[in-house]
Amino acid sequence: MRTMTRRAMRGVGLLCAAALSLTACGSSEESGSDKAVSTGELRTALKKGGSITVWAWEPTLEKVVDDFEKKYPEVEVKLVNAGTGNDQYTALQNAVQAGSGVPDVAQIEYYALGQFALGESLEDLSRYGADQFKNAYSTGPWSAVTAEDAVYALPMDSGPMALFYNKKVLDKHRIAVPTTWDEYLEAARALHAADPKAYIANDTGDAGFTTSMIWQAGGTPFKNTGTDVTVDLTGDKGVTAFTEVWQKLLDEKLLAPVTNWSDEWYKGLADGTIATLATGAWMPANFVSGVESAAGDWRAAALPQWEKGAEVSSENGGSSLAVMKAGKNKDLAYAFNEYANHSEGVQARIEAGAFPATTADLASPTFLDTAFPYFGGQKANEIFARSANQVPEGWSYLPYQVYANSVFNDSVGKAYVSGTTLADGLKAWQKAAVDYGTDQGFDVNK
Amino acid sequence: MGTPSYTDGPAGHRTPPARGVPRRRHFADRPRRSVLLTALMGLTALYALLPLAWLVINATKTQKSLLDSFGLWFSGDFALWDNITQTLTYDDGIFVRWFLNTLLYVVAGAGGATFLAVLGGYGLAKFDFPGKRAVFATVIGAVAVPATALAVPTFLMFSKAGLTDTPWAVVVPSLVSPFGLYLMWVFAAEAVPAELLEAARVDGSGELRTFFQVALPLLTPGIVTVLLFTMVQTWNNYFLPLIMLKDPDWYPLTLGLNAWNEQASTAGGHAVFNLVITGSLLTIVPLVAAFLLLQRYWRSGLAAGSVKG
Repeated sequence: MRTMTRRAMRGVGLLCAAALSLTACGSSEESGSDKAVSTGELRTALKKGGSITVWAWEPTLEKVVDDFEKKYPEVEVKLVNAGTGNDQYTALQNAVQAGSGVPDVAQIEYYALGQFALGESLEDLSRYGADQFKNAYSTGPWSAVTAEDAVYALPMDSGPMALFYNKKVLDKHRIAVPTTWDEYLEAARALHAADPKAYIANDTGDAGFTTSMIWQAGGTPFKNTGTDVTVDLTGDKGVTAFTEVWQKLLDEKLLAPVTNWSDEWYKGLADGTIATLATGAWMPANFVSGVESAAGDWRAAALPQWEKGAEVSSENGGSSLAVMKAGKNKDLAYAFNEYANHSEGVQARIEAGAFPATTADLASPTFLDTAFPYFGGQKANEIFARSANQVPEGWSYLPYQVYANSVFNDSVGKAYVSGTTLADGLKAWQKAAVDYGTDQGFDVNK
Repeated sequence: MGTPSYTDGPAGHRTPPARGVPRRRHFADRPRRSVLLTALMGLTALYALLPLAWLVINATKTQKSLLDSFGLWFSGDFALWDNITQTLTYDDGIFVRWFLNTLLYVVAGAGGATFLAVLGGYGLAKFDFPGKRAVFATVIGAVAVPATALAVPTFLMFSKAGLTDTPWAVVVPSLVSPFGLYLMWVFAAEAVPAELLEAARVDGSGELRTFFQVALPLLTPGIVTVLLFTMVQTWNNYFLPLIMLKDPDWYPLTLGLNAWNEQASTAGGHAVFNLVITGSLLTIVPLVAAFLLLQRYWRSGLAAGSVKG
């Protein structure tokens, strides 16, 4: 108990220091809010029942909520899709600020967690014993939900990256599946020369993708230790590796000017004009539902490497469920969270097409043996699971990554539409990130 | 009055080509200016109708053929009825609920806003009272402030009152229509002659009776105009419900369709572009119907005003 409190106190102190201008950190210890909660107490809470609100857009949660309510008939879970990504974060921030209408549980993507943790909006789940789960989740997601001693959320899914490619298109032009990014560049040239309408990939500037690529290249452009934040998008080795190859793709006009998730994008994936897609392992479900007509054409492969023969991957996307500090029923909220992301709920979600972050499931034979009819019967999970184990440690996002990503297109995005180089764009992005951080009271790049 | 093409007289009668531009074809009897105007009008009409045509055409396609066919022509199975059924039943028929919500917001919000604007406009036009200039300044000022700028303060206010995430949060702000009030004010000043009111008063009619029996019929064209404006505004309102409502059960159609659209851009989400498109088509049908129904009153009203002059 004693250590527990001290640990929690240290966490709070750290956050207060970091969040100087974000929130006023009162001296009052919210009594009782740092108290450890035992499994027995959780069980009692579940038996007693009550209702909680969950804000999430992840579709597989519907089944989990049904199962959970069946198992604990006294508990009512109201699953609300309050918007996707940024829309939801804005709503969440508004609700926190207004002090009313805050849900008990909220879905938050990994890149955005830091922002809410710093804003003192999230409950530290280590008081429920969630800090014991370190080995239950793969490294990328786990490091994303933890900071120092605190656990701010439980990983819901993960996005170890892979290269999806249209086999039909590559075969037609006799192009081998690239294993390095240099080969990828060659393949891009060969493909576009063979069919001027076809592109190796689409890209109009995507912050998530860019950071994932830098991550894979061993870069750590963002560092963040309490109040000190470092942004290095000019000298970082991962950034350099990425810009070197990507600038050539841009200069030679080898990337389709199509934005991710647009209907044009779905169209390109379906008709073969976008031939590959380097993204997270959650993509298969989207292929099945959104790119129906290209079933059988696509396959998955390991992500191309920056150095020949290396085996390094990266994470793209993925989100977690957090318990909100301002929520009314935190014990039930945590119980639901654990059910959805640590115990029974996980299996239901995998069956519905989610890609797990739990190591046990990633290693289970049934999971690895699953054949994907969409990929011509390929056992794609083997590739994804291997990728999940190859994610470099030590990556972190900015404590205000939501903001940084929202201005990505104003700076780096220019490289995609005008004469600006990627390097210049990243430099401008760095400046924007440093300025904003300084305004918010962080010591950035000092 | 009228374009030359109407005054040309019987077919075959030749008018010299405007500005001496040589005619290339014999049957091109009409002056060139008219051809140009017609072409421009045609282009404008095309520009206005093309999105609508796109919407109608694509509402007939399945999700699959949406992605592998040319956007401006029919392709694949004719799936319109299927799409409509799916739109109405998808996700436990939530579309119908959104439709009813929108209807509620429009009837209560736009209807209420029109009612208040008519009362206020008439009062301001026909009665003198201290502070009228201040009211005028306030109304003009309010017209100038974009609704978007007021959304966040309104949210905080409603949140303190505990009204966010309830239909009140959408209906109450919709009741305020400074532009509608201004329009009614100007219209009432012109359309209701002071002599008529005086005559009614002399005949012993009370103010309320005068308003309902004498002024209101004269105000109909103005009322219809304001009603159309506020209706379209409320029907299409996106930002206000976006920040006020979190519970999809209270979404209006705009938010609901956006939520469906967003589904395509999430990991594991289902792309239902066909439903978004069909839903959009269904969404504009009532607006089109309202315009067709109400424009008669609107037009006759404008004409009446012009004769009175």
